Amino acid sequence: MHAGLFRSLYRIRRVEEEVARVYASDKIKSPVHLSIGQEAVSVGVCDVLRTDDVVFGTYRGHALYLAKGGDMSAMVAELYGKVTGCTRGKGGSMHLIDTECGVMGTSAVVGTTIANAAGYAYALKVRRSDAVVASFFGDGATEEGVFAETLNFAVLKRLPVLFVCENNGYAIHTAQAKRQGLADICARARAYGMPAERLDGNDVLTLRARAEAAVARMRAGAGPQFIEATTYRWREHVGPGADYHLGYRAQAECEPWQANDSVRVIGELLAPEVRSMIVAAVEREVAEAFAYAETSPFPHPSELMTDIFTEDADELAACQR
Amino acid sequence: MSSPLASAKAAPRPAPKMGERTRTFVEAVREATELEMARDPNVVLFGLDVDDPKAIQGTTLGLPEAFGAERVFGTPLSEDAMTGAAIGMALAGLRPIHVHIRMDFLLLAVNQLLNVAAKSRYMYGGRVNVPMVVRAMIGKSWGQGAQHSQGLHSFFMHVPGIKVVAPSTPYDAKGCLAAAVRDDDPVLYVEHRLLHFQKGPVPAEAYTVAPGKARIAVAGDDVTVVGISYMQVEALRAAKYLEDVGVRAEVIDPIWLNPLDIDTITDSVRRTGRLLVVDTGWTNCGAAAEIAAQVAERLQGVRDFRFKRMGFAPTTCPTTPGLENLFYPNARTIAAAARDLVEGRACGWLPAERADLQSIEFKGPF
Ligand SMILES: Cc1ncc(C[n+]2csc(CCOP(=O)(O)OP(=O)(O)O)c2C)c(N)n1
Repeated sequence: MHAGLFRSLYRIRRVEEEVARVYASDKIKSPVHLSIGQEAVSVGVCDVLRTDDVVFGTYRGHALYLAKGGDMSAMVAELYGKVTGCTRGKGGSMHLIDTECGVMGTSAVVGTTIANAAGYAYALKVRRSDAVVASFFGDGATEEGVFAETLNFAVLKRLPVLFVCENNGYAIHTAQAKRQGLADICARARAYGMPAERLDGNDVLTLRARAEAAVARMRAGAGPQFIEATTYRWREHVGPGADYHLGYRAQAECEPWQANDSVRVIGELLAPEVRSMIVAAVEREVAEAFAYAETSPFPHPSELMTDIFTEDADELAACQR
Repeated sequence: MSSPLASAKAAPRPAPKMGERTRTFVEAVREATELEMARDPNVVLFGLDVDDPKAIQGTTLGLPEAFGAERVFGTPLSEDAMTGAAIGMALAGLRPIHVHIRMDFLLLAVNQLLNVAAKSRYMYGGRVNVPMVVRAMIGKSWGQGAQHSQGLHSFFMHVPGIKVVAPSTPYDAKGCLAAAVRDDDPVLYVEHRLLHFQKGPVPAEAYTVAPGKARIAVAGDDVTVVGISYMQVEALRAAKYLEDVGVRAEVIDPIWLNPLDIDTITDSVRRTGRLLVVDTGWTNCGAAAEIAAQVAERLQGVRDFRFKRMGFAPTTCPTTPGLENLFYPNARTIAAAARDLVEGRACGWLPAERADLQSIEFKGPF
């Protein structure tokens, strides 16, 4: 289990570090919201999900996409705007999807996918499936009306949704205390009638165990569950750099999180030879993903007008003439 | 009505009048806000990130310090509730300016904006008014994509009771914002991210560019080109490309979309007999459709004219650069369409790109 978790964590860390490195070349013409430092939340939860379980996320979705098993090459190609990308170059970093492994989509508009997750869970329930849905969102998203409305609905219908609030303490450059009158997000979830617990988002083992228990309860029909995972974003809100110079947060605030880096902590639980095998394999995968992105073609101009509706693209073009 | 904030911290006085100064669009917005806040203690400014280090591209820079946290504040991520709250403030006599870094987020507030703000004065028989300004930015470039690129001004033009303005020059940015703040009705102030980089003359003192007057930016007799918001910049460039082939375009900036100065546009088309409306939004049911229809209503039976609309391609904005470029009109495609109108046929002409007429370079990450 530790090997799998380390592989997943390291894979996300390395591909994002590479994204950050390449960004200066302007080959990635898309806003990127990195999860560096926050990987353990997606990894801990997704590790207990089956392939037919589904996740919804946000524009900060690289970690979630990869943790749920998303194709790395397709993700990097997407960032490059290539036709081989997971949305054929149309969505970019903020709109990753991999339906085959249950990444059902990410949105650039804060809070929106929370409700979509509930709807998906409703459908699963209607179909008597025992699959579950996990909805990932930030602390900022809990201020949107859709958060409150969805939690109420999820409890009302006893939906199998695991709400995962990835609390990194900031929305863009504004600290949680400047935005919320009550810091306890779990209390708000409980007020709607679902069990909620606050966990250290760097502690991937505890997170995994608690997520496993929550998912088991959901599969048994207990209804929605809520996890608030505290974490920290090491890089700027959007973009590859650090932003401590802006003055809205101090570098010192990040240090304890870095000292307790989940990637390193889990890595150290492994035998050195196991770790180096994983490291080597991931490095290969990352290199291949970037090579794939570099060498893949851009979409043909005709792609601009495809996939607007489900009808055949030619027919559509014909009726517009 | 007396000001609930009449005792608020005294604000800096406006700078003395100077000769012609040059300022950016961003500075113009900031100046207008500062001057209006200094002039009227009822003006309050809020929205996500208005008080963060980036200060909405700099448009709110220094204002929290100048006017205090009661009059300038960042909000929770709650567009719907904050819009409703802005309406409540306006009903109580404040003059809120509510800022959104992307126009797309207005969709979370459409109920409040269109069911309450736009209708209150009318449905309450003129007993109240809702003097609020909503600043909303259209995002473009660098893979802004499906949910960060929409120009939704036509939604708001559709509904009576809310004014819509989309200035394209720093001069108008300052004057229109001041006019919007002083207006007793709700005003949607449309800002395009690419315009933020533009520089131009901006007088130091407070002034207004009042609702309802368009400007002829370039005079010409061959074709009338109306460019909305950022498309004004591309239309002006298109006019230069057209000069090279002997076509003299008249370029009009409508500035205010509601109320719309249709007379200035109609008079121009009466002369030129050709109308091209270029929007930074979709053409279907859009602002360009409205302008063309209003001109047609006035000129039918009076003057034949040819017309064309340009805007976003009728699809969702893709992020990959090649397709993103195809999604938007630009100076060259506008020039080509204008020439086709003039010649009355598809000329198959696309001007070679001129270095001095290129798009504004926009870099990531945002
Ligand atoms: C509805 C909406 N409002 C505002 C924004 C602008 N915005 C983008 S990210 C963000 C911060 C969100 O913070 P949080 O939910 O805590 O997630 P994090 O970025 O920290 O992962 C904001 C305000 C948006 N994308 N959507």
